[in-house]
Amino acid sequence: MRIQNNMWKAVILIGGPDKGTRFRPLSLDVPKPIFPVAGIPMIQHHIEACSKVPEIKEVILIGFFHYTEMLKSFITMAKQKYSLSIKYLSEYGPLGTAGGLYHFRDQILSGTPEAFFVFNSDVCCNFPLSDILHFHQSKNGDNRITIVATEATHSESMSYGCLVEDENTNEATHYVEKPETFVSSLINCGVYVFTPDVLRCYMAEVFRQHQEESLEMGMGDSNFPDAIKLETEILAGYAGSGKMFVYKTKEIWGQIKSAASAIHANKLYLSVYRRTKPEVLAKKNPDGPIIRGDVFIHESASVDPTAVLGPNVTLGENVEIGAGVRVSNSIVLSGAKLNDHCCVLNTIIGWKCKVGEWSRVEGTAQQPDPNAPYSKIISGQLFNEDGRLIPSITVLGREVDVAPEIIILNSIVLPNKNIHANSKNQIIL
Amino acid sequence: MSPNKSFSLSNTSIGTMKALILVGGYGTRLRPLTLNVPKPLVEFGNKPIMLHQVEALVEAGVETVVLAVSYMSDILEKEMNQHAKRLGIKIVFSQEDEPLGTAGPIALAKKHLSDEKCDKPFFVLNSDVISDYPFSKLLEFHKGHGKEGTICVAKVEEPSKYGVVVYEGDTGRIHRFVEKPQEFVSNKINAGMYIFNPSIFKRMKPEPMSIEREVFPYMAEESELYCMELKDFWMDIGQPKDFLKGMCMYLTSLKKKSPEKLYKESNGVTIVGNVLVDETARIGKNCKIGPNVVLGPNVVIEDGVRIKRSTVMREATIKSHSWLESCIIGWESTVGQWARVENVTVLGQDVNVKDEIYLNGVRILPHKSISTSVPEPQIIM
Repeated sequence: MRIQNNMWKAVILIGGPDKGTRFRPLSLDVPKPIFPVAGIPMIQHHIEACSKVPEIKEVILIGFFHYTEMLKSFITMAKQKYSLSIKYLSEYGPLGTAGGLYHFRDQILSGTPEAFFVFNSDVCCNFPLSDILHFHQSKNGDNRITIVATEATHSESMSYGCLVEDENTNEATHYVEKPETFVSSLINCGVYVFTPDVLRCYMAEVFRQHQEESLEMGMGDSNFPDAIKLETEILAGYAGSGKMFVYKTKEIWGQIKSAASAIHANKLYLSVYRRTKPEVLAKKNPDGPIIRGDVFIHESASVDPTAVLGPNVTLGENVEIGAGVRVSNSIVLSGAKLNDHCCVLNTIIGWKCKVGEWSRVEGTAQQPDPNAPYSKIISGQLFNEDGRLIPSITVLGREVDVAPEIIILNSIVLPNKNIHANSKNQIIL
Repeated sequence: MSPNKSFSLSNTSIGTMKALILVGGYGTRLRPLTLNVPKPLVEFGNKPIMLHQVEALVEAGVETVVLAVSYMSDILEKEMNQHAKRLGIKIVFSQEDEPLGTAGPIALAKKHLSDEKCDKPFFVLNSDVISDYPFSKLLEFHKGHGKEGTICVAKVEEPSKYGVVVYEGDTGRIHRFVEKPQEFVSNKINAGMYIFNPSIFKRMKPEPMSIEREVFPYMAEESELYCMELKDFWMDIGQPKDFLKGMCMYLTSLKKKSPEKLYKESNGVTIVGNVLVDETARIGKNCKIGPNVVLGPNVVIEDGVRIKRSTVMREATIKSHSWLESCIIGWESTVGQWARVENVTVLGQDVNVKDEIYLNGVRILPHKSISTSVPEPQIIM
């Protein structure tokens, strides 16, 4: 039965603490989905986009995190700010990327929504949700998926889910997750639309099969039988069935797996602000600090007028920037203090960190290839073949205190450390 | 013009003390600085190295200074001419046609250093050594024992890098020399400052000869060689890291002897330790300079700069909020804002380092523009 009541929902899959380990040490202090990029938590960007689509009536977060104070207060804030119903459904075990959807199907389908969006939490995108919604409605069939896709370069595509599309019908004829050989340059963005039957029919069947298999194989099977993998079990199954449609987007898109990609996402979102709400970006002002390019400064931050900020800088709540400070291509999280004359480049400065006078905290920006039009950031390995750290974004965890006149280069510093000596290409535990 | 190409630059009285400075060649260890400026003229503590030596010699009664060079430099000639006039002394160049080692040049300069009329002892020194130059004391000590030669020895932390001297503590009579010993023998080394009687000339010829290997050992055997220990400071500043070490020692010595020459805190500039600033240099607000910093003529230090243990040569500019430690910034160079320069980085003449650059142990040749950081020691041509 096809519902056409214009009532939609959105589900954001936020994962759990065992996921997102490449995001440590930042994810040691805060669940990765709430980590702020361009001034607001990662998933707030999704929620904000949903709030602009009148059809979406509820946002459901599904994950394996404990329902902590942090999550609670985020959700309370978001509910108020966007006047949207938002709830968090906590999985009882690791249910994989789709098991939670199936498990909570009753809640998702309560009120009989016509269809629902599904988002990966670590997607960074200028979501064209209304457009996707109408695209989905234009396709026939009760049991169908719309998958949002974008172009990547040939070699980069193999790090993502790859789709083959029939351009006449927009049908996805093939799907494979992270292939070892080149299949297609069209990649899965981690944003989908499902009709209710996907849950009720297809996934139910997959779930039933899992239960049977686990009974046959007996106890001791390491795979949690209730877990369902969205990419390999659902999407791969729908491809070629005439029931999965590809919505191609040229909007900015990135995945946030590591600190380096968070910096890149910060830059992407700031550029979106420049287009869609330039008033939130810092303006050049003769009495204020020098601003280069896109810079976001929280209203409670205090910045000395001799500082030079940008491009691609975000300053969080109550951040203090001293005289003659230089910050470029970096995220400075709330409560941090950068003392006079210091220089912060390609770095994430954690909550309440202090950087001493004249110190230099520097990382190496990993850029997508500026010459390849569809190039994306790849969150690659931490170490190279010799076991040495590959130069990347420098990360200072929460409450790290950096003494004056120090250099920290291409290093990762875990929370609460006091740094008195220079550090290069190291992880400081 | 005689085949040896020696010529006087001023005519004053002869018959008083004479000295020879072994200038040698191109000063390659102090590159990139010596690519533009002959080593004797490289400023150490805001004064050409050679001038420190010549002025000290003049104070000890020297009126003729012979410069033993292996190539002639117009710049050196012209400058030394001016100083000679000013000090009222005679400066003579003695140029070797082929490399004559450490003793050959002395023999070559014989006619300038002594003749039938003059048989006074004469000083010899390496052009790379800085010290408090106790030449008067050296002369006294030398006359006291009445033997043919006296060398200065300096106490060092790592003697096996040099030639070590073994001698009688009471008298100073030298027993023997040991080149680069494997095990500890003594911590006193040849400081490259000597005083000899003209009789020494019979031991040398104007041919390639090593004074340490072919002259001193024989003198020691015959008990004709004595040494005097340098009590104050000494350093061979022929390479950048030693240049900076020597700079620290020199500033410490200045503090003891002429503290009024050092810079005092003023106008929002914080001074730490010993800092020497030329009167034409300008320092901005909120800077913290020192310890052990030398700023040359017309140097500009912008606001919020931190400099430690470094020399900034004439007309260089250090832009705001930069941080410098253990570096030599060459003449007319510019270091950009928020730069970090450390670990014996040496900038040649007119090098331009852009904003936010990090330089670690880098030697940069003259007239280069640097727009990417160099985080590991390297030479930038």
